[in-house]
Amino acid sequence: MSSNSVPEIGPSTPYFAGHFEDVDQKIESDILGMWLFLAQEIMFFGGLFTAYSVYRHAYPDIFQLGADQLNYLMGAGNTMFLLISSLTMAMTVYYTQHGQFRKQLLCFLATMIFGSLFLVVKYFEYKEKWDHGLVPGLNWDPHTVDFAAANLTSPPENLKLYFILYFTMTGLHALHMVIGIGIGIAIFINMLLWKKYGPNRYMAVEMFGFYWHFVDIVWVFLFPLIYLI
Amino acid sequence: MAVVADRQIIHETEIRPRHYLNVNHSFWSWFFTTDHKRIAMLYLGTITVFFLMGGVFALLFRLELMTPEGDLFQADTYNRFFTLHGVLMIFFFLVPSIPATLGNFLLPIMVGCRDLAFPKVNLASYWIFVFAGMFGVGMLASGGVDTGWTFYAPLSTHYSNTSVFMAAMAAFFAGFASILTGVNFIVTVHKMRAPGLTWFRLPLFVWAQYATGIIMMLGTPVIAITLFLVALERVWGVGIFDPAHGGDPVLFQHMFWFYSHPAVYIMILPGFGVISEVIACFSRNKIFGYHFIAFSSLAIAVLGFFVWGHHMFIAGQSVYTGVVFSLITMLVAVPSAIKVFNWTATFYGGNVTLESPMLYAIGFMGLFTVGGLTGLFLAAMGMDVPLHDTYFVVAHFHYVMVGGMVMAFMAGLHFWWPKMTGRMYPEFIAKFNAVIVFLGFNATFFPQFILGWLGMPRRYHAYPEEWQVLNVMSTAGATILGFGFTLAIAYFIWSLFYGERAGNNPWGAKGLEWTIESPPTTHNFHHIPTVTEDPYNYTGREEVNVQQ
Repeated sequence: MSSNSVPEIGPSTPYFAGHFEDVDQKIESDILGMWLFLAQEIMFFGGLFTAYSVYRHAYPDIFQLGADQLNYLMGAGNTMFLLISSLTMAMTVYYTQHGQFRKQLLCFLATMIFGSLFLVVKYFEYKEKWDHGLVPGLNWDPHTVDFAAANLTSPPENLKLYFILYFTMTGLHALHMVIGIGIGIAIFINMLLWKKYGPNRYMAVEMFGFYWHFVDIVWVFLFPLIYLI
Repeated sequence: MAVVADRQIIHETEIRPRHYLNVNHSFWSWFFTTDHKRIAMLYLGTITVFFLMGGVFALLFRLELMTPEGDLFQADTYNRFFTLHGVLMIFFFLVPSIPATLGNFLLPIMVGCRDLAFPKVNLASYWIFVFAGMFGVGMLASGGVDTGWTFYAPLSTHYSNTSVFMAAMAAFFAGFASILTGVNFIVTVHKMRAPGLTWFRLPLFVWAQYATGIIMMLGTPVIAITLFLVALERVWGVGIFDPAHGGDPVLFQHMFWFYSHPAVYIMILPGFGVISEVIACFSRNKIFGYHFIAFSSLAIAVLGFFVWGHHMFIAGQSVYTGVVFSLITMLVAVPSAIKVFNWTATFYGGNVTLESPMLYAIGFMGLFTVGGLTGLFLAAMGMDVPLHDTYFVVAHFHYVMVGGMVMAFMAGLHFWWPKMTGRMYPEFIAKFNAVIVFLGFNATFFPQFILGWLGMPRRYHAYPEEWQVLNVMSTAGATILGFGFTLAIAYFIWSLFYGERAGNNPWGAKGLEWTIESPPTTHNFHHIPTVTEDPYNYTGREEVNVQQ
């Protein structure tokens, strides 16, 4: 089922490490290991989501005011970029498993490009917050926020709490994106120069896909929580 | 498969005379090895250094407590000493102690495979741990930290002038090392078991490591993000736990204890695993209630996630929440008791001999029981009010952590030392030392129960004169304990060079690890074994007749 562009890997080529008995054991271990890694990621982000829920419940008006300061169009655009990149990532895995080398390469390139577009938009968003003095601890001077019109019942300085959560949650997510693109570039070089991944050897691509979809899903939760509601 | 067969031939012809310790002596082959046995030895060396550092701080503040006046150290210095003792001992010794050393070494052998599922991740875990240790050393060099190991806000975020940032980062990174170990263990137990090794043929040590892995994987990320927020607040003053900006310090306590209570089970569950092995071997008897012991480990892992509120009975948590936490806390006592009863029942009909690992194991059973039962005092909401933050609490958790985990670690180290190094330690001195450690431990911590009951609060460097006798007893005991651990380290190192050759199975024990060489070869097994019998296939009293 492999196409001609994928080098044949014979049974004597040890493309699974020596401590595994066979390739199935390696594949199952990789998949389980990745799911467990993602489970710990959920707990990691879970701590932040807990803090978000607690403070949102305590200061609903502040969180409303904070969400009004964000540019939801940029957020929506970013959501679209990530969803498209997830689609191309899934296609990359499919084409890798089916040995369609050119399509694999193109889809993976598209994934990386849409991921990078997300970070570019994120940069402009952060810069806007900086210019408006909405970065707690570093540049806090919320001169553009109309506190009087918001009719707050909580103290206005609690707005800091909203923005520190905004920056920590989106910042950690962006950090995951940066790490993802870093690993992605390494995989891309392997694909482009050595045609390393094909039907006989696709776990690295598939595992990267797991990670990529996870980071995407985190954003799917972050976007409505932070921008919309 | 052909590939496997080829590899086995290579082992038999070339590697057989060499074992994992002498296969290569270069720096690179040790510090960048992916061999789980070498990584275990690296971890063992590293955590011993941290154990000694933590121990020195303990001796220093016990010295201060010899006299009622705060005369030897300033209050500030004293605060740093007990904090450093706690941070080093918990994050750098107790959490990695059994999983990263004995677990790393034995788990792949016990499940009958050549290495953990992800050897490179295992190496990464060690280096992340070393990286965290550098923050730990940085914390010491920059003057220590004085918040207590619990880092409670707002003391840690605003009022402390010490290097909280370094301490938080040290614990943050040490956490990732333990997450990676946990994930590796779970995958290995699921996917790497030898043919015929069903779940209920696994040694109980493996079950305990598996349960520990679950807690490491699901609990540790929460402390990581919590300490990350503390560090963030510390550096930029952003106010996430600061009431002045609407933050909630009690939220910190919730997030902190959501990990740090399950962490207690990270520290004790692997110890349970060791005790199951040692008791069965030196009773020459099938372990009693195998399934109960196995499932009680999982029950503790699950229940452990729902009890964190018992640290906060007087921190402004509602009474109804407290009742629920109190009830679930008492439920944890059930699986713990199941284990102790089953171990005791294993003696019955056995041929009990008192080698040094067994002495430690029996010591464990007594001390852990005291520690566990006093935990029930503290789980009762009414009792907790007068006892909270007294020496009663200090004595309670030291009975579990030192009397439980450290005794179990010593038991395991003595039990598997011949397998790990191929050498025997001097058995008579080891037995003598087990008694010294037991006596020293009790002399140190039993007086603290009485002190706590009398109302002596923890974390003060001065106290009223009438408590001096008990405090002097405690300090004297700590000195004996310190001597005991030093002696153990001395004869272990001695045995590396001069110890008698151990042979493959010096204890006549059952289990896959005793079927291979001591020390094992790099790939553990020449042929992956097929398991056909239940674990702990000892014959009880019959064996005596055979021997006679």
